[in-house]
Amino acid sequence: MISVENLSKSFTLHNQGGTVIPVMAGASLHVGPGECVGLVGQSGAGKSTLMRMIQGNYLAGAGSIRIAGTELVGAEPRAVTRLRRETLGHVSQFLRVLPRVPAVDVVAEPLRALGTPEAEARARAECLLWRLNIPRRLWSLSPTTFSGGEQQRVNIARGFVHPFPCLLLDEPTASLDALNREVVLTLIEEAKARGAAILGIFHDAPARDRVCDRLVDVTACTPGRAA
Amino acid sequence: MSAPILSVRGLERRYGARIGCTGIGFDLWPGEVLGIVGESGSGKSTLLSCLAGHQRPEAGRVTYDGRDVLAMAETERRRLARTEWAYVHQHARDGLRMGVSAGANVGERLMATGARHYGRLRAQAIDWLDRVEIDQTRIDDRPTAFSGGMQQRLQIARNLVTGPRLVFMDEPTGGLDVSVQARLLDLLRGLVRDMGLSVIIVTHDLAVVRLLADRLMVMKSGRVVEQGLTDQVLDDPQHAYTQLLVSSVLQV
Repeated sequence: MISVENLSKSFTLHNQGGTVIPVMAGASLHVGPGECVGLVGQSGAGKSTLMRMIQGNYLAGAGSIRIAGTELVGAEPRAVTRLRRETLGHVSQFLRVLPRVPAVDVVAEPLRALGTPEAEARARAECLLWRLNIPRRLWSLSPTTFSGGEQQRVNIARGFVHPFPCLLLDEPTASLDALNREVVLTLIEEAKARGAAILGIFHDAPARDRVCDRLVDVTACTPGRAA
Repeated sequence: MSAPILSVRGLERRYGARIGCTGIGFDLWPGEVLGIVGESGSGKSTLLSCLAGHQRPEAGRVTYDGRDVLAMAETERRRLARTEWAYVHQHARDGLRMGVSAGANVGERLMATGARHYGRLRAQAIDWLDRVEIDQTRIDDRPTAFSGGMQQRLQIARNLVTGPRLVFMDEPTGGLDVSVQARLLDLLRGLVRDMGLSVIIVTHDLAVVRLLADRLMVMKSGRVVEQGLTDQVLDDPQHAYTQLLVSSVLQV
């Protein structure tokens, strides 16, 4: 479902003397349906860079990224937009939303973009907010004023509201208490059970051990760092 | 797969020896929002006014829905501008008639497309004032009595009441308070999604395009230096100028 072959990337800093920083070379991995793969490697090794390339947020230098059969490297922007709308869900560490949009609409948005009627989209969003223990009185408020843990749960709800066939999870349990951490791990297990291919970064080692079927160490594809 | 709603090839506009914009080519697909960013004088507003037919380019081709816009008779282009196209100006007063009521501003564009029944016109005007969050008790007030944010929302209602397919926007949130901007962006995003609008939005505000645009073109000295998916261009800019632009934004 998620297939990365021989991926490389460097940044060229045009305004700092044209410095070229190679950040990834020869990265390959594969995530099948119903499988969860964890990216590991020390800070700065390129876990987030790899995730961003798979999400289409960073351009790949060379190599191939296939998501459910669609090649991402060199793809037209609207092909990436369609992939993100229909196939590739993403839970980032940071919530980036328009001020004043209620939490329930933030969560329902991926469904609305797919053409789901408003009432149904809201009902499914409310169900997830409820499961993630966001108090009902907050549902109609903008998450910009929420605590870090609440914002993260809104982000998670957004990523799980549509049954995406592929999911990218960046530290989904990072700032959660035990109760909510359990809810998120259950959501991940449910997604695996319905056949989703999941790629994640988990610093929470027990969580990683519980949901990941395999680990991929990105240090091997960090230029100048390979052991 | 559907066809692009707007196709632009080799577009050039000169002011004497000076280049307004040149070598512009892109496709806009139905339901897509294209942002155009660049500093003042980069040619982004010139490009927008050429696309909307307010200026005539010296070279190039613009195809709307399979029709050659530049070869079109002026009457035909004006009919498009009244019906299937809309243009949201930076300054609401350029897009509104300041001497007539809010309701008339909305109703006027409907009448231009042939609507005549007073009761229905007024009902539609009320419906649109409501959609842009202007209290219907203000329907008989002139826009001169409105705040800047309300004027901008009224201009949007006037433009969208005829159900256009393609909307041009020139700095629609420029000059508005930040709190008013967020409200306007939220409104625009909902309308774009619910009406399936295709939009070309010119702005110098990178935060606005990040929230609104699917795709981004970066202009400098009349040329497009970089284009791509909005968040990719902003987070992993490839061109020196885009890198400078992105790194120059002050963090809040």
